Amino acid sequence: MREKFTERLIKFYLPLCVFLFVLLFPFYWMFITAFKSDMELYNLKLNPFLIHQPTLRNVIMLFKETLFNQWMLNTFFVSILATLLSLGASLLAAYAIQRLRFRTSGTIGISIFFSYLVPPTILFIPLATIIFELKIWDSLWSLVLVYPTFLIPFCTWLLMGYFKSIPKEMEECAMIDGASRFRVFWQIVVPLALPGILSAGIFAFTLSWNEFLYALTFISTTTQKTVPVGLITELVRGDVYHWGPLMTGALLASVPVALVYSFFVEHYVAGMTGALKE
Amino acid sequence: MAKVVMEKLNKHYGEVKAVKDFDLEVPDKEFMVLVGPSGCGKTTTLRMVAGLEDITAGNIYIDDKIVNHLPPKDRDIAMVFQNYALYPHMTVYQNMAFGLTLRKFPKEEINQRVKEAAEVLNIGELLARKPKALSGGQRQRVAVGRAIVRKPKVFLFDEPLSNLDAKLRVQMRVELKKLHERLQTTIIYVTHDQVEAMTMGDRIVVMKDGLKQQVGAPLELYFHPANKFVAGFIGSPAMNFVEGNFLSEQGGLFFQAEGFKLKIPEEKAAKLKSYTEKRVIFGIRPADLPEAPCSVPGETIDVVVEVMEPLGNEVFLDVKAGDQSLIARADPSTKAKPHAKLCLKPNPENMNFFDIRDERALL
Repeated sequence: MREKFTERLIKFYLPLCVFLFVLLFPFYWMFITAFKSDMELYNLKLNPFLIHQPTLRNVIMLFKETLFNQWMLNTFFVSILATLLSLGASLLAAYAIQRLRFRTSGTIGISIFFSYLVPPTILFIPLATIIFELKIWDSLWSLVLVYPTFLIPFCTWLLMGYFKSIPKEMEECAMIDGASRFRVFWQIVVPLALPGILSAGIFAFTLSWNEFLYALTFISTTTQKTVPVGLITELVRGDVYHWGPLMTGALLASVPVALVYSFFVEHYVAGMTGALKE
Repeated sequence: MAKVVMEKLNKHYGEVKAVKDFDLEVPDKEFMVLVGPSGCGKTTTLRMVAGLEDITAGNIYIDDKIVNHLPPKDRDIAMVFQNYALYPHMTVYQNMAFGLTLRKFPKEEINQRVKEAAEVLNIGELLARKPKALSGGQRQRVAVGRAIVRKPKVFLFDEPLSNLDAKLRVQMRVELKKLHERLQTTIIYVTHDQVEAMTMGDRIVVMKDGLKQQVGAPLELYFHPANKFVAGFIGSPAMNFVEGNFLSEQGGLFFQAEGFKLKIPEEKAAKLKSYTEKRVIFGIRPADLPEAPCSVPGETIDVVVEVMEPLGNEVFLDVKAGDQSLIARADPSTKAKPHAKLCLKPNPENMNFFDIRDERALL
């Protein structure tokens, strides 16, 4: 019994602790920095891992001196719309590629995946031209339109795998029962794929929420910025880093994502493992 | 009234020909079983009747109407799948009512039909449950129930019992047969299990490599197999096959194999005359190889018992006649012992002979 515990400690708990430390330490750093004054931050004599005189000045500065609220709203707006748009398109695409056996379905599946591999640093130049032509430059709609370009391939691939795990006989049975293809999709496939759809949605939401490059290139007006861009461009003034408000903003911006994850975590895990038990 | 006719039915997947020139007429109210080893094309044939698989060539008629291009929902059929294919997110009641709801039946009628079917199948108490909370046998019943509430013209069963344990399978076999008597509907039933085929079917189609081997009543297939494949497939344990030559000696026809020589009864010999001196395959079922006193040579086979398999009401003897391995069925009271010598007397009535090249029956 004793030996088993030591074995578990070495094989399981110790690696877990290292992993947790690497994962959580940045958050801890963010958290303590958010409640420290500049005086304390730059005082090298103090222990940097503790808060000595907690202050709310950073929070106040973030909300009073920047458009943080507006940025949060913008990010929500873009993330939710882009996620919904991408999910809708991916659902139909993934189902078609997986189930409607047309001649090029395999090729299309693979080319969608390849389009996901093209890095945004290359894509943003042609995309910028399109955005400009469409006259939605410097507007949130440009992001709503551009984010699906990487969300749809991702969600489609995730959902394709999930649809594959749904027994085909179930759909065939429904068709014999009298359902049209669309009804089969809506009443049988979608309810059964719900865990997969949720995972895809969470992923899409997180990716849009954290997206930086497109938001930086396509948006320049302060009121139209998303949180990641807003914080970096407005709180790093010249070579002055306002670490306190920066960290406060980063901390607050991770709250919605954390909430979404913890709320759907059960479905999320089921979706990742593609588990559809009969 | 629903007659199903398949006419020169073909299904090709690229180069692979899954079903070749398949002809079959299933009269109204018949319980027709398609049986064969896996990959023989039986399920593909059934799926073509259901409309789930496109037809490469040929025609399918339901009630004298060509249904080749009709979608599954317009063929008035119901299908029970091997894995039951119950909708996991719906209750048993919703599963059974799904087809009727889609066809816009009035609520009271749906209710009445589902209750009726549930009563027939003894699943009345399960209506509120989800499939996950059911046992294998119960799921099977729900799948059948979902099919019968629609009162379709034709029922299609795709190996519906193969996921059940042996005991339950025997029970469901009887129940499905009773159900057929009660509903009086045409049934096409696919299975790889010849026992299922023999016990359930009014008629059986044996298939192999996409080709129809023989169609007939169970006992017809058992006693008069059209070829070696059917002879070996139907019946358990399988028929014994021995290669040998026909010899004409002392005015009679003899079958000479390594290890034994048998006299062919007069009436059979007359039909086999043209094969004298030719090589053929002799087939005899274990049940037609009873123990007998070692009498006149040419009537019995001398064997040595290798293994005995007692099953209670019968004993199977694995024996060797020279180099040939045979299986014989014996009475539980048999005196046979492992490694002892014994004489077996093939029942002359049920001797089978097959052509060595195309393996078709010679009698």
